[in-house]
Amino acid sequence: MSLKYWSVWVLVFWGLAAIVVSMVGFQPNQIHLDLILAKPSFVHLFGFDDLGREILPRLLAGAQVSLLVVVLVTTITASTGIMLGLVSGYYGGWVDRALMQITDVFLAFPGTLLAIAFAAVLGAGLSNLILALCVTSWVGYARLTRSQVLSLRQRQHVMAAESLGASTLRIMLKHMLPLLAAPLLVEATYSMAGLVIAEASLSFLGLGIQAPDASWGGMLRDGVRYMVIAPHYVLAVGLSLMSLVLAVNVLGDRLRDYLDVRG
Amino acid sequence: MIKRLLGVVPVVFGVAFLTFLLVHAVPGDPVEVMLGESASSADRMQLQADLGLNQPIYVQFGVYLNKLAHGDLGVSIHSKKPIVDLLAERLPATAKLALLALSFAISIGLPLGIIAALKVNQWPDKLANLLSLSISAMPHFWMGPILMMVFALWLGLLPVSGMESGTAIILPALTLGFGLAAILTRMTRASMLEVLHEDFIRTARAKGLTEYAVILRHALRAALLPIVTVLGLQLGSLLAGTVITETLFSWDGVGSLLVESIEKRDYPVMQACVLVVAFFYVTVNLATDIIYTKIDPRVRFAS
Repeated sequence: MSLKYWSVWVLVFWGLAAIVVSMVGFQPNQIHLDLILAKPSFVHLFGFDDLGREILPRLLAGAQVSLLVVVLVTTITASTGIMLGLVSGYYGGWVDRALMQITDVFLAFPGTLLAIAFAAVLGAGLSNLILALCVTSWVGYARLTRSQVLSLRQRQHVMAAESLGASTLRIMLKHMLPLLAAPLLVEATYSMAGLVIAEASLSFLGLGIQAPDASWGGMLRDGVRYMVIAPHYVLAVGLSLMSLVLAVNVLGDRLRDYLDVRG
Repeated sequence: MIKRLLGVVPVVFGVAFLTFLLVHAVPGDPVEVMLGESASSADRMQLQADLGLNQPIYVQFGVYLNKLAHGDLGVSIHSKKPIVDLLAERLPATAKLALLALSFAISIGLPLGIIAALKVNQWPDKLANLLSLSISAMPHFWMGPILMMVFALWLGLLPVSGMESGTAIILPALTLGFGLAAILTRMTRASMLEVLHEDFIRTARAKGLTEYAVILRHALRAALLPIVTVLGLQLGSLLAGTVITETLFSWDGVGSLLVESIEKRDYPVMQACVLVVAFFYVTVNLATDIIYTKIDPRVRFAS
């Protein structure tokens, strides 16, 4: 099937779009008062929003914010979570019990609820948005790493390394981490799709990126407001968001099958 | 069972601590954040005393826990009403919405998953897979507007938002339910596929039972176990989804109360909403675990 890799192409498109927007002189905040809520045309593909700003450049600027948030939060939470999971699973004992207890507490807050509360208390803005998402999304990595390390500890090559006197750090990094890469990669992919939605949710509630800067969540909120007279606005943003999340999820499914990760 | 019940205690304690930290560890002066810079110093002192902010933090937490244990969630800064009353006003609406969403999800997801498993790799399976994949990629704040546009604006069948008419609950419930239905479809399919290869299904067929009895009474009953667990866990995303869905549809529940309290910087109310949802979620998961042991004969007879 020629469409087999469409998910990759969609991701490449949004990735490039996000990078291009910062290099080419797009002006996502430029206002055309004569074109308020103008319908899409061949020159202006997605039309204009309620303040007369062209939607396409704003979508690209929103993609840039999404990409930045996803990359930063994933880097920070994955490295923290993996480290905690390695230590917890390897040493066991009270360290492990304490960490699992803490993750249980974080898991008691469903979905984006805790991130919403954190963002509300910290105040709006990009850095607080990233902080709120970091605080709440390291748990998955820690739990996954820990459970994998627990079974890896019983593997012969790890025992062999231990009896040869390899240092703990060496065992963790050279003998365990490479075997963790596949399940962690799959986890990270799904988690990225979740982060795109979480960022948009917070911005939708007015907690993330602030006007006039573009974000998909904020644009969706404005689009819903003008849904009756200008459905093209909400449709353009919603479909963009959906295409990105769908592509990341499908990529996750593919990776899971290809790398043969169960669960 | 008792061990499982006791295991919840530290989690509940931790949840209370984290929500406590949320408000009491606000960067900067919480009183100023809540009242704004123009508040009079008398108002400030009053709020500071009300919140007990002039005491050390461990004393504050002790006071907070003690009040919680007595069912006292504090007073709203904005409306000056006890928060327990505010929540009691809003909880029934959210419960109604969540229950209807759950029944939508089950009545869509379960049959769809069973059909997909029976027609594996044929068009019904592929269609169900496509549907559940696309719906999984639709957050509530995108699913909601689509349903509004189609059913309220274009077809004019249902009200756009609000709570006045009896049919107003349908669109928000569908918004919440579809996401769960998509997950349920995938889970049911996977679980049914595993069960359908088991020996007892072959035995049931060999006994000459009708296909209907084989599928529903023998296969589905065994397949339900993992589904129940997932349902309990996924109920959380449904609860979290009420925050955006209720705001979108002007549904006066706990979710929209949370958003209103954020907008008004009424942090004690926000704290209480988060706490109540988390407690409820913990309880649901505990109940799921207990139900699981009750309906699984293997676990039931082992203990």
